[in-house]
Amino acid sequence: MTQHSTSTMSVARAIATKDLRIEWRSKVLVNQVLPFAGIVMVLFAFALDNDGILQRVAPGLVWLAVLFSSLIIVQRTFAIESADNALDAIKVAGVSPAGVFLGKSVALVVQLLLFEGVLVLLSLVLYQVHLSWGGAVLLVTVSFLANIGIAAMGALYGGLGAAAKGRETLLPLLLLPAVAPVLIAATRATESAFGVGGATLGEGWPWVALLAVFGALFGFGGTLAFGVLTEE
Amino acid sequence: MNSIHPFPSPVDTPTGTRASRGLGLLVFLGMVLLTLLGLFFTDEDVVQGSTVRLMYIHVPTAWVAYLAFIVTAITSAMFMWGKQHSLTFDRIAGASGEVGVIFMGLSLVTGSLWGRLTWGTYWQWDPRLTTTVFLFVTYVGYLAVRDLGGSHQQRAKRSGVVALLAVLEIPLVHFSVVLWRSLHQEASVLQPNGDVTMDGLMLFTLLFGVAVFTLLFAWMVLHRQRVLTLADAIDDGGLEAALQERRSEAN
Repeated sequence: MTQHSTSTMSVARAIATKDLRIEWRSKVLVNQVLPFAGIVMVLFAFALDNDGILQRVAPGLVWLAVLFSSLIIVQRTFAIESADNALDAIKVAGVSPAGVFLGKSVALVVQLLLFEGVLVLLSLVLYQVHLSWGGAVLLVTVSFLANIGIAAMGALYGGLGAAAKGRETLLPLLLLPAVAPVLIAATRATESAFGVGGATLGEGWPWVALLAVFGALFGFGGTLAFGVLTEE
Repeated sequence: MNSIHPFPSPVDTPTGTRASRGLGLLVFLGMVLLTLLGLFFTDEDVVQGSTVRLMYIHVPTAWVAYLAFIVTAITSAMFMWGKQHSLTFDRIAGASGEVGVIFMGLSLVTGSLWGRLTWGTYWQWDPRLTTTVFLFVTYVGYLAVRDLGGSHQQRAKRSGVVALLAVLEIPLVHFSVVLWRSLHQEASVLQPNGDVTMDGLMLFTLLFGVAVFTLLFAWMVLHRQRVLTLADAIDDGGLEAALQERRSEAN
């Protein structure tokens, strides 16, 4: 039992470190996905064409940009596995699928967190929203918990797409409806953090609970289900 | 299993039995009676006028869709946790999911038509409607997962997990949408729960519709499940035949 849980955790650590190192060296996230998200934020401004509206809907736009970009990040994180059949090699090696799932999820959480940091900064500049210190604490908590939910669902459905070779197009169809509660909760909480529409900080914290439940539920569910979803 | 014909044909392996034909006939007669009841025998509603007749279709289709998704979840669980991992449960889950998607689509269409006539708009951001759309899209995704290819067991396991995850997802989606809407109370038109006082015959027609559509669901799933069994047999038989061909080539 102890042996198994140790190996699951060490697998998770190894996978997460490996994924982050690959990202650090290849800089795909920084050089390709971040500019994409940046241009999406600018396009939102073109589409809405009104400073007042932009400020009002900035929290939703930030999280929409995060969700769309998360699709690319999730696909990327499994593309590096399926490129030289690494996923198959991992399976053949008898590595704990729960460990792979946890490792992938942790790496995704870290990447998304950095990503959101940049997008929030962009929204401060482009959409002229204001962020207090209290709001920043709320926002960091919200981002962390929301990322757990997005990463868990992303790792789960991304793994399914990668295991079914060449069917990655399925990811948005499965992932976006599933993470709708994250979008709702994170957007409402971010409204409180930015103080838009008269929202106060206190109104934001209850949404944190919903994000925590979502993350816990699918973090746990994903740990159990990942092996079944990715097996050959 | 299919030693005589590797490829079962509809002629020697029909999906109908005497029982299912009887059920089909019952459904047909029920539908005829429902049409007569809904369009001719029942009166117009005091408030909604003839629009209420849409309810005799809308409520049963919504009921069948929810029933179908419950059946999909239960049979998926029976496959996952059953000792033999019987593919029959998987096929019932798949057949029920397909029927559920069709009826959820019909329910959304009839609902929005009713909404247009009653509320003056095709769509309201009501929690129940919004959750229904998410259910619809989630099960479209479920059907896409069933279509991923691989072995039958693989299909059953993958789609079983997705069906069970949907059981976790949907209450969370509903809960979050309810919370979301509770903060935006600007729209308080007629609540979409159909809570209008109904006279006896109207209520009977509604319940009769639900009963007939439930039988229709059973009939459709029965046949679809048998078609899926035949399709799986063709898959297996096809492989068998190809192997045989290669063996004879080698000899």
